[in-house]
Amino acid sequence: MRLLRIGAILAVAGIAVFWLLTRPEQVAHGTLDGTTGDATRGALVFAAAGCASCHAAPGAEGEARLVLAGGEGFASPFGTFYAPNISPSPEHGIGGWSVLDLANAMLHGTSPEGQHYYPAFPYVSYANAELGDIADLHAYLITLPVSDTPSRAHDVGFPFNIRRGLGLWKQLNTGKGWVMTDPADAQVTRGRYLVEALGHCGECHTPRDALGGLQRDKWLTGGPIPGSKGRFPDLTPGTLKWSAEDIAYYLETGFTPDFDSAGGAMAEVIQNTAQLPPEDRAAIAAYLKALPAN
Amino acid sequence: MFSKARISVAAAALVAMTGVGFAASHAQGEFAREIKARQAQMTLYAFNLGILGAMAKGEAEYDAEAAALAANNLAAAKSIWMPTAWPAGSDNASVEGTRALPAIWAADSDIGAKSQAMGEAVAALQAAAGTDLEALRGAIGPVGASCGGCHKSFRAEE
Repeated sequence: MRLLRIGAILAVAGIAVFWLLTRPEQVAHGTLDGTTGDATRGALVFAAAGCASCHAAPGAEGEARLVLAGGEGFASPFGTFYAPNISPSPEHGIGGWSVLDLANAMLHGTSPEGQHYYPAFPYVSYANAELGDIADLHAYLITLPVSDTPSRAHDVGFPFNIRRGLGLWKQLNTGKGWVMTDPADAQVTRGRYLVEALGHCGECHTPRDALGGLQRDKWLTGGPIPGSKGRFPDLTPGTLKWSAEDIAYYLETGFTPDFDSAGGAMAEVIQNTAQLPPEDRAAIAAYLKALPAN
Repeated sequence: MFSKARISVAAAALVAMTGVGFAASHAQGEFAREIKARQAQMTLYAFNLGILGAMAKGEAEYDAEAAALAANNLAAAKSIWMPTAWPAGSDNASVEGTRALPAIWAADSDIGAKSQAMGEAVAALQAAAGTDLEALRGAIGPVGASCGGCHKSFRAEE
């Protein structure tokens, strides 16, 4: 009888701890009071953060890339995730979102309803985004065309379909700050922001552990492409021997130093980086050159 | 943060890369001739783009005549009629030595439109390359974008 009681107490305590540990985090209310975004600057944040690459409808080209209807699938060892509609549709997209809602989504992976997002949405990286940039991005996103395509449910099996459990995953994998803690100068600092935060390069170019967490001690050293036999390349200077100019030119035109051209997902990325100011591409290159050789 | 030695990872990557390189340059079996021919056309693109790109990047001095010749070569290489080098079944799921994806031959494939887009970008570059460096720089970007347009959908990752 006594054992049973202890068992019951432990179970309740366990549930309470789980509930506490898995509680979705949010930006404090009032943090963004009086913040108004600038849509023109937001367009550059949009390009740097690569939003269209995942949230445009599959195969969308040109102007159609600005219709953020979602639907692109992302294979992973845990199931297939589908990018949701983030067009300004009040019903199917983010039409009703405040800047604070967008900040909670990007910085904490928490939805306006207080649920965890799956980390296929790269909030682990966006966590280092600046609030001003998020406000600008919000101002830009609400100017884009509305799509009334409903978001497709993720195809994820048990136990990964229990969203609350993502709170534990977040305990392990979020809130770690910058990987490069000592950027040498303003250019590398800007590059760090573009690579580690907005550009979320590490989400593909850094290998993941068994639970899908980024292996930060192997930062940008490449990794397997889920659902393919290919690999995301190692970007550290020991392997990537391109000059800073070569890297910047690649991000502008897609041309490698041999004048082969970027393909696959990276061709999608180049469509974004081509829109950035030249200083930003140079900053990304400077950051990559400043990484320790693998 | 980066302290661990990762020699084995690097070695594995090297082996993987070498393997891919070997496969790419040694197409064998069915469609080997076709694959070699279409890769040769791509090599011609890359060679002439390299001459233009070196000027655009500032690695080589701008030379209007050389730029115009390279752009003419690019346009000539683009004009070679090559559907015969792309027979159905010569995709990377069916044969070795190619990264061409089956999507090229799918019913809803827009490869024709993509090819046309490249033709237009190359024609614009041909018109601009011999004018001045700024014109060359402005026109080579869209050519790169057109290369990416095809490679994004139709070429497998290494």
